[in-house]
Amino acid sequence: MAQTYRSMLVDPMVDNNPITLQVLGICSALAVTSSMQVALVMTIAVTTVTAFSSMFISVLRSQIPSSIRIIVQMIIIASLVIVVDQVLKAYAYEISKTLSVFVGLIITNCIVMGRAEAFAMKNPPFASFVDGVGNGLGYGLILMLVGTIRELFGSGSLFGITIFETVNNGGWYVPNGLLLLPPSAFFVIGLLIWAFRTWKPEQVEEREYRIQTVEAH
Amino acid sequence: MEALVSLAVKAIFVENMALAFFLGMCTFLAVSKKIGTAIGLGISVTLVQAITVPANNLILTYLLAPGALAWAGFPDVDLTFLGLISYIGVIAAMVQILEMILDKYFPPLYNALGVFLPLITVNCAILGGSLFMVERDYDLAQSTVYGLSSGFGWALAITAMAGVREKLKYSDIPEGLQGLGITFISAGLMAMAFMSFSGVNL
Repeated sequence: MAQTYRSMLVDPMVDNNPITLQVLGICSALAVTSSMQVALVMTIAVTTVTAFSSMFISVLRSQIPSSIRIIVQMIIIASLVIVVDQVLKAYAYEISKTLSVFVGLIITNCIVMGRAEAFAMKNPPFASFVDGVGNGLGYGLILMLVGTIRELFGSGSLFGITIFETVNNGGWYVPNGLLLLPPSAFFVIGLLIWAFRTWKPEQVEEREYRIQTVEAH
Repeated sequence: MEALVSLAVKAIFVENMALAFFLGMCTFLAVSKKIGTAIGLGISVTLVQAITVPANNLILTYLLAPGALAWAGFPDVDLTFLGLISYIGVIAAMVQILEMILDKYFPPLYNALGVFLPLITVNCAILGGSLFMVERDYDLAQSTVYGLSSGFGWALAITAMAGVREKLKYSDIPEGLQGLGITFISAGLMAMAFMSFSGVNL
């Protein structure tokens, strides 16, 4: 085993994060982060689906003919998403309303598909399970970070509990309404990527064109 | 008729798939480096979207909705929980069929779009379109218009984004922001511009 289970779990969080480096699963990362509670539920849902779909696909990996593997993977993923969707509807109806179509969209979340294709087809079930959990958590980490920033500064609360008393309720904090609107998610993730890459310079992308300064004579 | 036109305008501008709901973001960011490829992908998405949304609407109405199986003698059956798996099945099948038809009858178009077609199965804008259709209870006419115009809105957004990125590569950007970071921020600015449409009442 080249990789230990620990590194499989920890690597996707920072060094090989699905969102900031692999550019996977961005759709839902942007849409469900305006409050922490929703972001947390989404993280749990995605981690569960990624972990179990990787495990099942890995169990079946030698039986799946490669020409129809995409369809087979899709069906396994879709069945798991249906289970998650039904559980959410039964036990957390309000949140499943807020998430609306985004639970269904876990099917097309590229993280799930990406890990199935890149890892689970080549590795044993338990390792795939751990890899799924790791990638789910790496995705969740970014989701929670963005969610924290957006909810704390957008409405002055975390998980619905007031942290900064807003002006409307007689407090001091003037909430920044822009952070609750869709475009702010782009800015927050863009800046997070900047922060990540300043911390880990090896992730910086190569420029296509370089501006060269010419010495004046 | 008027209702359909306003639905179309709303789906293209106000509720733009890419910039208001962030659907199809992975491909939106990955395939927007050149205007030519962006237009090709945009056309394929519009085409697939215009076919799959009405197709899924028919499946929902005649097979899955509560009581829809009355014609087969099962008036009490409610199969809506099978929705997700059927929609994705329809999408995958449609993409495959489209690919074969284009290959057989329109080879030049197939050569231009061929590489993008498999990508479309996992484009969340397509599945999202079908799920929004279910959530908003569109009928067949509405879902046809919605499919076509939401696909067009997505195509518009990715083409505009590619235009921005073609210019962006010549600019002097801080090291860490290079590439993905600056793309996110420019997409954010575009989303803000599109938000100004939300005041339009139809």
